[in-house]
Amino acid sequence: MSAPTLSLPETPLPAGADCLRQLTRKDFQTDQEVRWCPGCGDYAILTQVQKVLAGLGIPRHNFVFVSGIGCSSRFPYYVNTYGFHGIHGRAPAIATGVKCANPALSVWVVTGDGDGLSIGTNHLIHCLRRNLEVKVLLFNNRIYGLTKGQYSPTSEFGKRTKSSPLGTIEQPISPVLTALAAQATFVARTLYADPTHLAATVDAAARHRGAAFIEILQNCRVFNEGSFDEVADRASAEESRILLRHGEPIRFGKGGRRGLVMSKMEPAIVDLEAEPARTGDLLVHNARSESPALAALLAELEPPQFPTALGVFRQVERPTYDDLLMEQIRGALAKRGQPNLKALLNSGTTWEVE
Amino acid sequence: MEPCCSDDGRELRELQQSTVRFAGDSGDGMQLVGSQFADLASLSGCAIRSIPDFPSEIRAPAGSLAGVSGYQLNFGSEEVTTPGDAPFVLVAMNPAALKVSLPELQPGGLIIVDTDEFTPTNLTKAKYPANPLEDGSLEGYRVIPVAMTRLTEEATKASGLSGSARARCKNFFALGMTLWLYDQPLQPLLEWLMHKFRKNPAVMAANGASLRAGYNFANTTELLRVHYRVAPGNLPKGRYRRVTGNEAMALGLITAASKAGRPLLYASYPITPASDILHELSARKEFDVRVIQCEDEIAAACAALGGSFAGALGATGTSGPGLSLKTEALGLAVMTELPLVVINVQRAGPSTGMPTKTEQADLLMALYGRHGEAPLPVLAAATPADCFDIAFEAARLAIRYMTPVLVLSDSFLANSAEAFRIPDPDRLPDLRMPGPPPGSPDFAPYRRDPQTLARPWATPGTPGLEHRIGGLEKQDISGVVTYDSENHARMVELRARKIEGIAEAIPPAAVDGEPDGDLLVVGWGSTYGAIVAAVRQARMEGHAVSHLHLRHLNPLPKNLEVVLRRFRKILVPENNSGHLATLLRSRFLLPVKPLTKIEGRPFLIREIRNALEAELRP
Repeated sequence: MSAPTLSLPETPLPAGADCLRQLTRKDFQTDQEVRWCPGCGDYAILTQVQKVLAGLGIPRHNFVFVSGIGCSSRFPYYVNTYGFHGIHGRAPAIATGVKCANPALSVWVVTGDGDGLSIGTNHLIHCLRRNLEVKVLLFNNRIYGLTKGQYSPTSEFGKRTKSSPLGTIEQPISPVLTALAAQATFVARTLYADPTHLAATVDAAARHRGAAFIEILQNCRVFNEGSFDEVADRASAEESRILLRHGEPIRFGKGGRRGLVMSKMEPAIVDLEAEPARTGDLLVHNARSESPALAALLAELEPPQFPTALGVFRQVERPTYDDLLMEQIRGALAKRGQPNLKALLNSGTTWEVE
Repeated sequence: MEPCCSDDGRELRELQQSTVRFAGDSGDGMQLVGSQFADLASLSGCAIRSIPDFPSEIRAPAGSLAGVSGYQLNFGSEEVTTPGDAPFVLVAMNPAALKVSLPELQPGGLIIVDTDEFTPTNLTKAKYPANPLEDGSLEGYRVIPVAMTRLTEEATKASGLSGSARARCKNFFALGMTLWLYDQPLQPLLEWLMHKFRKNPAVMAANGASLRAGYNFANTTELLRVHYRVAPGNLPKGRYRRVTGNEAMALGLITAASKAGRPLLYASYPITPASDILHELSARKEFDVRVIQCEDEIAAACAALGGSFAGALGATGTSGPGLSLKTEALGLAVMTELPLVVINVQRAGPSTGMPTKTEQADLLMALYGRHGEAPLPVLAAATPADCFDIAFEAARLAIRYMTPVLVLSDSFLANSAEAFRIPDPDRLPDLRMPGPPPGSPDFAPYRRDPQTLARPWATPGTPGLEHRIGGLEKQDISGVVTYDSENHARMVELRARKIEGIAEAIPPAAVDGEPDGDLLVVGWGSTYGAIVAAVRQARMEGHAVSHLHLRHLNPLPKNLEVVLRRFRKILVPENNSGHLATLLRSRFLLPVKPLTKIEGRPFLIREIRNALEAELRP
């Protein structure tokens, strides 16, 4: 009879097991040739994620990377952990099963704008709202790359692509707003072009207890080159990015000379050099707020009127689905005693035939 | 029906079997008294088989034809294998119940009616232009009119309940009458009431009083001159309980996971008629059952598969429309070669079809309904109790062969109940399948067991076995993604051979009856009971008819062709347009004849009898 355990039975570690020493990025590289296009933003993401994994103090064999379909979903093949390359859009559902079967695992979902926000939106939303302890990395390049250049659900309105030669007639979906609406307990945005910010954000997500969602802005060199140039460009980074820090006033620009205030229920930019008195009016970022209102407001800022907000929009604590699931199992066990198959099969009205 | 003895001046006749139907409004408690009567009949040693008939609407208007809830029980000797073609006794609590049930009643059958409910309003709701109790339309039946509502109210006065609350006890009045009619004791039911309503003594007292009043009324009324004693069955020795197919399926899954030493991860989306499996499992968390009610059918299949990847026994249950949605995940399960049990409780289709009605029209979909070359084992339960064994067998094959297994049940099996001989779990096969040891130097995700061709079940959390799987074609042994054409051909062949090889691990086809003869009836799934009864009757009349029932539909038993060829004719009754008949014809080039019924209802025994006779006519 199997007694409920938080993880599958502990297996003895083989001599020289890599989990007994400090891991490095190299430990997470596979012998597989990486098949993304030259210059693809995914390379930078892969490198930073491998680095973060090595620093988490989690043995390599306890990681599981689950993906769907698309360029980003090739990710598990390049990470030397357990991996499951699933079917289009279903990675969060597969990951749900993995995590519930063995909550001791560190489960990661790698998805894209098409995979996660078109065919798999349903699963993504429900995975987040359940607060399953998984890390979701959504690579947003605003295009279908693997199928060679159709518009995606995050493509800008009017965008001309192979499947929209006259321009799209669809409003794009916002990954961060979707995650906030799903009540995800950790919602962040970062970009491929800033490895330090990317690594820090992934690290924060990994250490968050609960469903963590990161939109990673990523450039598709072949089918959507320059999609995020405004925010990715290093030279103008100070003006084009708001780096969110919990508890701090929202400022950007060289030396923090500009800031964000509310004006008639709308966000507005103030020039603090011209109006230093308005420093006190600045919006203060509060990622711990139970209300997603401020996070949503920040998520909606976009060029050309506003810089793009990067960092952690929301980080709150809630019980995780997998913890609650196991709590119910332990509770049933405490209430009803050790499971007894004979008693189960013989429950209810029974009778003997002689 | 020979009179044998009498007591109190009443005649007591012995019957080999009898069918009774309790029918009333959905609020009348017919399922409760029906199932209680089934337990009593079981306690007296009878074989039982029941079938409920629920209204499809959640709250159909009271008294309407759509709101009729019925519970039909066939009980008696071991001859009982179906819920009965035609009730011998009908308990009709209102005009609608009478109207709905009358067409199936045996000629000369007994009708007990609550005359208090035959009001002009209720007659109108049941679309009766005139009162059938008065217009002579029930001639040819024995009608026992009883002012049941008033008698119940009267008998339960001492309980202190309100008049309307007391009137609600009339289902027990009807049950009391039925007990007398079938010479059953009151005591076990009174004890059951004491237990059931221990927290509500007034209700307990009222129901008890109503039960006694009904019994005494039947015992004294001049209207009932005869009562019946139904012969006990000759069931194999053992301890029994009553199970529906869905209950048995849930118990089978829990037992299998336990014998495999793994948590059961059951992911499902509510759908009629499979939801009861979800409910049963949700209430058994102490068995380390990890139930996930998913956002949709697709997620349920994927979560179950993810669970298996991580070392649990993954299972999901659904019905036709849900199976359509799960097919993509089934392909992934075939490709990743992970254990997965998928239960399809079939219902009448296509599309939403008739969700509460039964059908067997998903067989070809189960066998072939996936893109690409995607073979997987398909099993089918024959009776409600067999759902336990089939769930266990599905888990056994899934684990041993690292494959998804599709289990076919149907609405009839799911809701029908029969006696289940409770197995000793210690004597069931051990399903443990250890994964490769940590750090095995020769581990490769697609290095197969030479005998079963199963790949190793290496689960995340095991040091040194890190690997990647997925829906892309994999290199034989190494599991590396490859589009190599020769490798693809080889992998397609390996996956097919693995499933074909399961034929080595399943029992050979066994014929019930002579091993050769004029006619073989081949069935699968819920047609079992009706075929058994029809074939038995034909054999008693001296016909050379045998019966073969398939529980494994893919792969088929190895000896099947040899067995089939020993008969002059083969008849395949199915609740579809001839799926198994098509399969057998194409596989063995045999002139198999289908007998189809696609009415949302199971076969009656006589329908199969008639077909047998037609086939046997020289």
